[in-house]
Amino acid sequence: MWRYMGRKLLVYALTFAVAVTINWMIPRFMPGDPVRSMLNRGSISDPGALERMTAYYEEVFGLDAPLHEQYLNFWSGLLRGDLGISVMLYPEPVVDVILRAVPYTLALLIPAIVLSWIVGNRFGAFAARSKVLDNSILPIGYVLTATPYMWLALLMAWSLGIVAGIFPTAGGHSYALTPGMNAEFLASLVTHWFLPFLSMFVVALGGWAIGMRNMIIYELEADYATYLRTLGAPRKLVRRYAYRNALLPQITGLAVQLGTIITGALLTEIVFNYPGLGTLVLDSLNNRDFFLLQGVFLFVVIGVLVANFVIDLVYVFIDPRTRVQMTGASS
Amino acid sequence: MNETLHVARRNPKLLIGLSVVLGFLLLGLLGPLFVDHGPNQYVGPQSEPPSAQYWLGTTTFGQDVWAQFVYGIRSTFLIGVLGGGVAFAIGTAVGFLAGYRGGIVDEILTMLTNVVLVLPALVVLIVAVAYLDARGLVVQAVFIGLTTWPWAARAVRAQTLSLATREYVDLARLSGRRTWRVIITEIAPNMSSYLVMSFILLFGGAVLTAAGLDFIGLGPTDGVSLGLMLENAVAWSALQLGLWWWFVPPGAAITAVVGSMYILNVGLDEVFNPKLREL
Amino acid sequence: MSLRVNGLKVHYRTLRGDVQALDGVTFSLGDGEIMGLVGESGCGKSTLGKSLIRLDHRMHHIAGSIELNGRDVPIGDDAAMVPLRYHEISLIPQYAMSALNPTRRIGRMIDELLRSRGVRPADRADELRRRLELVGLGTDVLRRFPIELSGGMKQRVVMVVSTLLDPSLLIADEVTSALDVSTQRSVAESLVEFRDRGHVGSMVFVTHDVALVHQFADTIMVMYAGHVAEKGPAADVVSDPRHPYTQMLLSALPEAGEDTGERLRGIPGTPPGLLDPPTGCRFRDRCPMAFDKCAERPPLVETAPGHWSACWKTEGH
Repeated sequence: MWRYMGRKLLVYALTFAVAVTINWMIPRFMPGDPVRSMLNRGSISDPGALERMTAYYEEVFGLDAPLHEQYLNFWSGLLRGDLGISVMLYPEPVVDVILRAVPYTLALLIPAIVLSWIVGNRFGAFAARSKVLDNSILPIGYVLTATPYMWLALLMAWSLGIVAGIFPTAGGHSYALTPGMNAEFLASLVTHWFLPFLSMFVVALGGWAIGMRNMIIYELEADYATYLRTLGAPRKLVRRYAYRNALLPQITGLAVQLGTIITGALLTEIVFNYPGLGTLVLDSLNNRDFFLLQGVFLFVVIGVLVANFVIDLVYVFIDPRTRVQMTGASS
Repeated sequence: MNETLHVARRNPKLLIGLSVVLGFLLLGLLGPLFVDHGPNQYVGPQSEPPSAQYWLGTTTFGQDVWAQFVYGIRSTFLIGVLGGGVAFAIGTAVGFLAGYRGGIVDEILTMLTNVVLVLPALVVLIVAVAYLDARGLVVQAVFIGLTTWPWAARAVRAQTLSLATREYVDLARLSGRRTWRVIITEIAPNMSSYLVMSFILLFGGAVLTAAGLDFIGLGPTDGVSLGLMLENAVAWSALQLGLWWWFVPPGAAITAVVGSMYILNVGLDEVFNPKLREL
Repeated sequence: MSLRVNGLKVHYRTLRGDVQALDGVTFSLGDGEIMGLVGESGCGKSTLGKSLIRLDHRMHHIAGSIELNGRDVPIGDDAAMVPLRYHEISLIPQYAMSALNPTRRIGRMIDELLRSRGVRPADRADELRRRLELVGLGTDVLRRFPIELSGGMKQRVVMVVSTLLDPSLLIADEVTSALDVSTQRSVAESLVEFRDRGHVGSMVFVTHDVALVHQFADTIMVMYAGHVAEKGPAADVVSDPRHPYTQMLLSALPEAGEDTGERLRGIPGTPPGLLDPPTGCRFRDRCPMAFDKCAERPPLVETAPGHWSACWKTEGH
C-alpha cells in the first residue's frame, strides 16, 4: 500500500519540481531578454510606476546572483506563496488575481467532467449492444473528440447565443448587475455559465463513450462473462458485471484526460470571455504579464496533481484487486 | 497479407476515413496552387458572404477566406506530420529502450514518462512559446513533439515488453547484436501496424494542440493556419457580425481531418487485429 | 440412456470458409457414466464439449441431434437452450482460474447467479456450504474476492458453483491441464465423489491425458479430426484398443511397468486441416494399415458390448 502510494507521490513531487523548474528556466534561458521586453511592452503609462516595477523585478529575478542561488530564491519565494506581482493589474499579487478566477474555471470544469463521464460511459456501454448502434455511436464519438474545444464553443455561442438569442455569449455574469446573493444575480451567473459548460460537456462526451465502448467489449469477452453466459445467466447480469468492471479503467482514464479537458476549459473560456483562468491566460499574454501567466501555469499543474492523487485514492478503494494486493503486501 | 488487403478493401471505416483524409490532403497540396494571391492579402470587398468569386467569402479586412482555408489545411498537415513525427520519434525511442533494456533504464524512463504525462501539454506549451518573439511552424512542431510523446512511449513499452521475451528476439540478443539493431530488425517490424496507429493518434493530437496554441495567439507569426483563422475571427468579432463563413470552415476542416484519422485508425485496428473483425 | 448424440455436425465460420470441427459425431452416455474424451488438440473434443451447452458466436450447428433424458437439446437455438443450461447441463471451463468476476465477492456472485436463474440462494445455502467442505474449502471463501484465492482454490470453487444445481450432464473441459499431478488426482476424485453422491448425473471429461482418465473414467472416447475413432469401457480401450489411431495414441504414452526398452513412438504426420478435409477415413494418411477401402468413411460399429470403433480393419467389418 505504502509502496504504491509512495511511488505515485514521488512522480507527483517530481512533476511539480519539473514544472517549477520550467517556470524558473524559461525567462532566464530563452533567447533575447524576456524580462526586459516584458517590462518594455507592459502596458504601464505612469513612469513612476514603471520605475518601481523595474526595480522590483530586478530584485525578484536577482539576475546578478549565481544561478543556483537564483534557483533557491525562486523556490523559497514560491513556498511562501509568493508568485510575484501582476504587471497587468499592478500592484495586485498574482495569487489574488488567480484566486479570483479559479472558482469560475472550477464551476465549468467539475460539472463538465463529472457529467460527461457519467453520460459518456452510458452511451459507450449502449453502443456495445449491437452492431448498428456501434456503427453510429462510435464515429460520432470520434468526431466529437476530434472537435477543437474552441470551435464547438464558437458554434454554440453563434447559434444559441447570437442567432437564437437564448443565452448570453460573453462574461461570467451580466455587467449591469453587482455581485451578490440575490436571485437575479444568480440567474445571470447560471445563464452565462450554461453555454461554455455545454460545449465542454459535448466535446468531452465523445472520448468517454469511445473508452467505455472499447472497455466493455473487452469485458464482455472476458472469461467470467463467458462462464456466466454458459451457465445461462441473463444478458442483464453479464452486462452489469462488465459495465462495472469497465468503469474501473475509465476512472484511470479520468486522470489521463484531465490535462486535455483543462486545456479545453481554458480555450472555451476565451471564446465566451468567461472570467476564469483561460481568459486570464489570454489577457496576460496580450499584456506580456509573464508573472501572471506562470502563476496560472503553476496553479493548473497543482490542480492536476491534486486531482490525480484523489483519483488514485478513489481507485484503490473501488477496485478490490489493487486493494487486496496492497493489504497483501503490507501484511 | 492478401487476406489483410481483402479485409481492408471491405472495411467501411478504413475506406471512409482514408478518403476524407486524402481528400483534404489533396486540397491542401493543390488548393494553394490555384490561388493567385497570398492568403493574408487584402484582395476583395470587406465582410462578403460566400460568392462565386470568393467561395468562402471574405474577412472584415477583405481577405479571401478560401485562400486562407486551403493554405491553412496545408499547414495543418504539416504540423501534424512534424509535431506528430517528433512525438513519435521520442515516444518510440523511449518506449523501445525502456521495454527492451528493462532494469534501471526502464525505471528512469518510466518515471520520466509519467512526469511528462501528468503535465498538461498545452499549458506547458503556452508558457514556453509565449517567450518566443518569432515563432515558426517548425519550432511549434518541435515544442508540441516534446510535450505529447508520453502515452506513445507507454504503449510502445508495453508492446516491446511482450515481444522482448519471444524466442527470435532472444536469439538476436544472444548472438550479440547491438540493442538498436535488434530493436529495428526484430522488434519494430513485428509491431509495425501498432506503430502506424500510434503515429496517426499523435498526428491528430498535434493538430488539435497546434490549433489551440494558434487560437490563443501563439501561432506562427505571419503564418496561416486554421487555428489562426479562428483566432482572428474571434478577435475581430466575426461572431457578433455574423460572419459565419470565417469561423465555421476552419473548425470543420480540423474536425473532419482529425476525426477521419481516428476512424481510419479504428478501421486499421479491425483489419490488423482479426479478433475485432467478428464483432 | 441419459445422453444421445446423433450425427452431430458443428462448423466454425471463418473468412476462408467453414472449419468442419465436428463432422457427424455419434455416441451415447449412460446414467452416471463418466466418459473421458481424449484426442490431440484440434481434434474437436473441446468443440464437442462446448456444443453440448453453448455454441459461441463463430460456431454453427449444421446437422445432428442431441437428446438428454429423452428431451431434445436444441443447441442451435440459443434462447431455447437457456432453461437447460446450469439446471440440466453444466460446464466446468478450461479457464476456471479466470471464470469468477474479479470485482465481486464470491458469495455475492453465486447469489446473483442463482437468483438470475430463478433459484433462491437461501435454498441452496446449506448445500453450498456442504459442497465447499467436500472439496476442502471453508465458507470464508464466500466473503473473499477471487484474487485472494490460490489457483487450486478457484478451481474448486468453480467446480462447486458449476454443479450446485445438480445437473444431469456435466462437461469438464480440460480442468486438470493447469494443475500439478497430485492436484489433478484430487480434482478427479472430487468429481467422482460428486457423481457418487448424485450431485451430477453423467459426465464428459475432456482431456488430452489418457493416463489420468484411465484411472477414474468409466468409458473413454477417442476423437480424431472431427470424427469419433473409438468409444468403449476405459479398461478395454486402454488394454485392447481397436482403432489404429487409439493404438498409436496409447503407444505414444510412457507406460509404467513396460520394460521392453521400446522407445516412445510418436505418431508421424499431422492431422488433416478441417477447412477442406479429405473424404473417407481422416486418419488414412497417417495410418500404417490404410488400404483402398479407407477412401470411404468407416461407420462406427459395435465390436464388443459397449465398445465401438470406426475402422474398416476392426473386427466386425
